[in-house]
Amino acid sequence: MFDNLDFDVIRRSLPYLFLDGMSFTLMLTGLSALGGLVFGTLIALMRLSGYKLLGSIAGLYVDFMRSLPLVLVIFWFYFLVPYIGQWLTGASRPIRVGAFTSSLVTFIMFEAAYFSEIMRAGIQSISKGQPAAASALGLTYSQSMRYIVLPQAFRNMLPVLLTQTIVLFQDTSLVYVLSIPDFLGAASKVAQRDGRLVEMYLFAAAVYFVISCVASYGVRRLQARIAIVR
Amino acid sequence: MIEISHVNKWYGPSFQVLKDCTTRVAKGEVVVVCGPSGSGKSTLIKCVNALEPFQEGQIILDGIKVNDPKTDLPKLRARVGMVFQHFELFPHLRIIENLCLAQEKVLGRSHDEAMAKGQKLLERVGLTVHANKYPAELSGGQQQRVAIARALAMDPIAMLFDEPTSALDPEMISEVLDVMVDLAHEGMTMMVVTHEMGFASKVAHRVIFMDKGEIVEDALKTDFFGSPRSERAQKFLSKILSH
Repeated sequence: MFDNLDFDVIRRSLPYLFLDGMSFTLMLTGLSALGGLVFGTLIALMRLSGYKLLGSIAGLYVDFMRSLPLVLVIFWFYFLVPYIGQWLTGASRPIRVGAFTSSLVTFIMFEAAYFSEIMRAGIQSISKGQPAAASALGLTYSQSMRYIVLPQAFRNMLPVLLTQTIVLFQDTSLVYVLSIPDFLGAASKVAQRDGRLVEMYLFAAAVYFVISCVASYGVRRLQARIAIVR
Repeated sequence: MIEISHVNKWYGPSFQVLKDCTTRVAKGEVVVVCGPSGSGKSTLIKCVNALEPFQEGQIILDGIKVNDPKTDLPKLRARVGMVFQHFELFPHLRIIENLCLAQEKVLGRSHDEAMAKGQKLLERVGLTVHANKYPAELSGGQQQRVAIARALAMDPIAMLFDEPTSALDPEMISEVLDVMVDLAHEGMTMMVVTHEMGFASKVAHRVIFMDKGEIVEDALKTDFFGSPRSERAQKFLSKILSH
């Protein structure tokens, strides 16, 4: 069955697959996770702020993002961001935005919605006595969040955040719809150029599988190490 | 020092937890607040440093109105120490860091100054060797002594204790009460919610008895233990002193 397969195509295309494809995938994953974390924290704080208006804006945003398929959002942003850029800068025609910037913005916006829910659960998992003790010592709300609540919450939710990041790593492959050569896109290009679909897609699957598995194992190890003893 | 006048507090539209509570704690005075559970004593003490809001009446702390929206609450709270039933040490920080954090972030003390103060207070509560441990490595009694030291590190003008020994195993209660008795003898102004009547009879100047959100009895210690006027206080005392 494997007689007419040529696995050498993988070896020949390794530099392109990893130096171009995988480095793009990892960069997109890393930057999206970072941006998602920052915006996610802001959204979570808005939802927990006790201000009705802020809370419902954040809630609407999260519900909206989570109700749309990611591929659709990727498409949508790709066509929309140039017009938003035009509107923001007052330019006479749509701002040209690269596929990378557009997909980065998309992933940050999309992941922020998911991360914010993880953050919210993490913050709510801290007992009310902790911020009360912080207030009783004279710490302000933001100091109490920064020094007492968030550090503990982060530790509680770090495993979940990292697991979500692994999911994000896999989801970045959806940028193929914009013809961006991420790892899957690169593999796909080689596959079509050389007519080696089976080999390349098998290899791509194996790579995603190994990286995700190793990362999950790492998360479990980390989880055991950083747990706060109570 | 602490003046509580006609404080009313409701949870929701109909449940009244505090009913027209009026009392005061003078400088250097130790006042014990007791009463059955659900009587509002913890709620009352938390109103003093505005951890709990209340709808009517006023509380004046060292000349500053607590329930004035213009009052800088963090600044006010930094001047009053509070000790909680469940210690509430910060589990992600070492013992010494628990003592230093607010000194540095709130009072603006230098790290060295805060450390020196922290070490001194740890020595005072007999826990110097545990400075670099995390709270979970200490027993309940030790954690509560750290919590007292943490509050004292802020050089408070008064101390509030919210059932400081009720989450402790019996053999650990006395080590915490000893620290509190020393504090009282040094002239610290204290408001203590507790059922430890031994502590009350030893160091309290006055005892307040609360029931169903009301201050039923507010008497000098000798009068309270000698001949409580209200029937409810008599019943309560006979119940907790019968064993």
